[in-house]
Amino acid sequence: MDTIKTDLLISLPEITVLCMAMVILILDLFLNKQNRMIVYGLAQLTLFVAAYQVWDMHTDTVNYAYSGMFVDDPMSVVLKLGTLLGSSIMLVYTRHYLMLRQLFSGEYYALLLFAVSGMMVMISGHSLLSIYVGLELLSLCVYAMVAMDRDNPRATEAAMKYFVLGALASGMLLYGMSMIYGMTKSLDISQIYQALSESHMSVTELNAVFVLGLVFIVAGVAFKFGAVPFHMWVPDVYQGSPSAITILISTVPKFAGFAMAIRLLEQALAPLMADWQDMLLLMAILSIAIGNITAIAQTNLKRMLAYSTISHIGFLLFGLMSGSLNGYASSMFYVSAYVLMSLSGFGMILLLSRKKFEAENLDDLKGLNQRSPWTAFLMLVTMFSMAGVPPTIGFYAKFSVLQAALEAGFIWATVFAVLMAAVGAFYYLRVVKLMYFDQAEQQVLIDAPLDMRIVLSLNALALLLVGAMPHGLLELCTKAIYFSLK
Amino acid sequence: MLSHHILSLSIWVPIVAGVFVLVLGSDQRTQFTRWLSLLGGIAGFVVTIPLYTRFNFAQPNFQFVELATWIPSFNIRYYLGADGFSIPLILLTSFTTVIAIISSWEVIKHNVKQYMAAFLIMSGLMIGVFSALDCILYYVFWEAMLIPMFLVIGVWGGPNRVYATIKFFLYTLLGSLLMLIAFIYLYTQTGTFDVVAFYKLPLTMQEQVLIFLAFFMAFAVKIPMWPVHTWLPDAHVEAPTAGSVVLAAIMLKLGGYSFLRFAMPITPDASHYLSSFMIALSLVAILYIALVALVQKDMKKLIAYSSISHMGFVTLGFFLFSQLGLEGGVMQMISHGFISAAMFLCVGVLYDRVHSRQIADYGGVVNKMPVFTAFVVLFAMANSGLPGTSGFVGEFMVILASVKHNFWVAVVAATTLIFGASYTLWMVKRVFYGSVANDQVSALSDLNKREFLLLAILALFTVGLGVYPQAITEMTQSTSALFLNHMAESKLPVAGI
Repeated sequence: MDTIKTDLLISLPEITVLCMAMVILILDLFLNKQNRMIVYGLAQLTLFVAAYQVWDMHTDTVNYAYSGMFVDDPMSVVLKLGTLLGSSIMLVYTRHYLMLRQLFSGEYYALLLFAVSGMMVMISGHSLLSIYVGLELLSLCVYAMVAMDRDNPRATEAAMKYFVLGALASGMLLYGMSMIYGMTKSLDISQIYQALSESHMSVTELNAVFVLGLVFIVAGVAFKFGAVPFHMWVPDVYQGSPSAITILISTVPKFAGFAMAIRLLEQALAPLMADWQDMLLLMAILSIAIGNITAIAQTNLKRMLAYSTISHIGFLLFGLMSGSLNGYASSMFYVSAYVLMSLSGFGMILLLSRKKFEAENLDDLKGLNQRSPWTAFLMLVTMFSMAGVPPTIGFYAKFSVLQAALEAGFIWATVFAVLMAAVGAFYYLRVVKLMYFDQAEQQVLIDAPLDMRIVLSLNALALLLVGAMPHGLLELCTKAIYFSLK
Repeated sequence: MLSHHILSLSIWVPIVAGVFVLVLGSDQRTQFTRWLSLLGGIAGFVVTIPLYTRFNFAQPNFQFVELATWIPSFNIRYYLGADGFSIPLILLTSFTTVIAIISSWEVIKHNVKQYMAAFLIMSGLMIGVFSALDCILYYVFWEAMLIPMFLVIGVWGGPNRVYATIKFFLYTLLGSLLMLIAFIYLYTQTGTFDVVAFYKLPLTMQEQVLIFLAFFMAFAVKIPMWPVHTWLPDAHVEAPTAGSVVLAAIMLKLGGYSFLRFAMPITPDASHYLSSFMIALSLVAILYIALVALVQKDMKKLIAYSSISHMGFVTLGFFLFSQLGLEGGVMQMISHGFISAAMFLCVGVLYDRVHSRQIADYGGVVNKMPVFTAFVVLFAMANSGLPGTSGFVGEFMVILASVKHNFWVAVVAATTLIFGASYTLWMVKRVFYGSVANDQVSALSDLNKREFLLLAILALFTVGLGVYPQAITEMTQSTSALFLNHMAESKLPVAGI
């Protein structure tokens, strides 16, 4: 009885989100169009309550629940808080956009909450099974959301692509997991680790199966992240989805992806580190290079940001690849910085979009400084932050990752990465150029609700302020990693 | 209380003033915005004056030191300090900012507040570069400074401004990122970003050479040295006058200063090892770039090339490893700060009236603008190194030092006295003398009070430093002696230990 109680208590935030998703689904049936704001309010409330619950029960220790299927450690607390708050910010940005396009419906919010609970399960998953279930819960919701604007052929196409490739990746991940399970006779992360470290790795046959399993797992994780060479879906899905869904795909799920990578690669398969380090190194280098170079050729803002995401993922893998606690902490800092920057970048696209007008081409930013100097300034900060120019958070993110990689001895890879970062600076500068140096073609005033403007301003300013004082967030990530993985 | 934070004040007063201008200023009330910016610029200058009055000339180490924790996770600190190399440059920066603001008074008509704020913020950031002793703090200032300059050239620049400003940004960024890797590498060796700790760190020759080259990429672009100089003529030609002034007077000095603060003392053995390489590049800059300047048709481009050529003396002086050369190099940086600023302002004066920078569009300006021509001739003489002006002192010291080093190096360096005079005076002859060339020239009016004031102040400094160079050398003397002592000690790890 007592164990059930603790189990339920530990997973209380997930239970809250899940229950509220169902409540919203039912409640929506009884609401007419005018009252739909209630759904929005409920969704926000749910996120805040869940965030409070996560915060309320945080400890510096690692607690397991459901016979080790579920874990609550400082890392999961930080990542869940990031997920919940990030989703809440996202809801503020998307409301107006959805209303203008007749997409403001209960399903959006129900699916979003299901997706959020999926991410939270992924973050806390401590067995191959629970991680996979969380991942599928997230993915299925997102597939549906991409297709929500069903009369839009591009969105439908993106959903199809995303679904087929995503299912393939899930299959690969599952196949890899099954091999690991077959060899270690366990689904539990800690038991897999134990079995691996006790097994005699010198037996080559044994090793080969492990490595094969590892390859499939890494491929699955890389697909979910969108790292090269598993990146082909990213630009199409980012561009095709309605911007309100793109912002969901590109931001908070990266927290969950990061957790999944840590659980699978570090906590379960650390004895195979030498093998996955090489794979991650290759993917990191390729992602940074291809992401940055291809982004230059884009004329569509969403597509450009998609390639920019690929290069950011490359940097994130750089930290993971270092294989040290410092490296993981730097990666966690990078992912937090990335989510903040990405929220701000896509938030700007949502802000500039109007009824029957998608602000998605680079040329739509022309002369923004004349139309709205403040908005242009916020976008400027976002772009310089993505480029990694101090004094923004993006600089410290790159800095800490590079530091970890250098410490681990990857000198030439680091040199290559920074050269590519300089190449990448070009397309961010081009955005600034369009906003500041070019003449405006349209003189339409920006029409957005006040709460969105305020939150977006705070979001972009946070890039600067955390850039001036990065210590708090750095320390948070370092502590979370150290307490969870030691 | 405040007297302990003079460097912080020097950095933050202009930045805060810039933010004030952005918030309070408006593009409707331009006059108010201008006065507010001028006030901010003057305040920024006034707070740097104690750096000179309270500086202890005999003490070679860092003074006005401020130390506070900033990012403990990486042991990054807010660590400021200034010595004889940085004080003159800090003063030059805050002074030039005032000049830049006054020089843009009536010229800039759109987005005045953003323009003025950019200069004020840039000023604070550049002073930050000159006074930071923590490498990451330094790096943050160094990179952040690019953003306002990028906007200044891109928004208020000439027709080809987008190309020029993106080239400027990417060139500088690429070099700086390699420097960042060098910093992080040194951090993994020492566990701190304190530059003084890096001075003491023993490094093998291979490490030193690689680190030196990483620094070289960053600083050579900034100075700029041949062959990575090509961004400068573009940036200068497209930048608005005040942008060119700040670029030439201060930004180029950041590279020279950083060689003294980082590249050379952290890797003394590599610096000695590569000194002939550096001297060769400096001589190419001095000689070849002077010849390039000779054939320019655009006045601003000509002065830009002349800047590169003059900065060749700075690096030449540094890598001779003698007191005279070192102080000559620093002297050259300061003097070039005044002279190049003045030259760009003079071109600005003509450009505001005729809207052309082509030499061929002028001729006989002296007939219409006698006072202006008098100033131009003075600055042209200083630019060609006439004794009695500050331009002479630095070049002469460096040439003397190079005679001691190697006679032929001195011979090549001394050719600048011929070529420098040729391209400068030839330009003056074509633009100012002869008969009035066209209607536009005949419609010219002489300097107004604002322009007169600007040029008069700069003329005062140019002649003043030419007559009394001790004003600078007494600041740099003890610091350069300490610097050379440090450079003479090998940092190679002793074998067997």
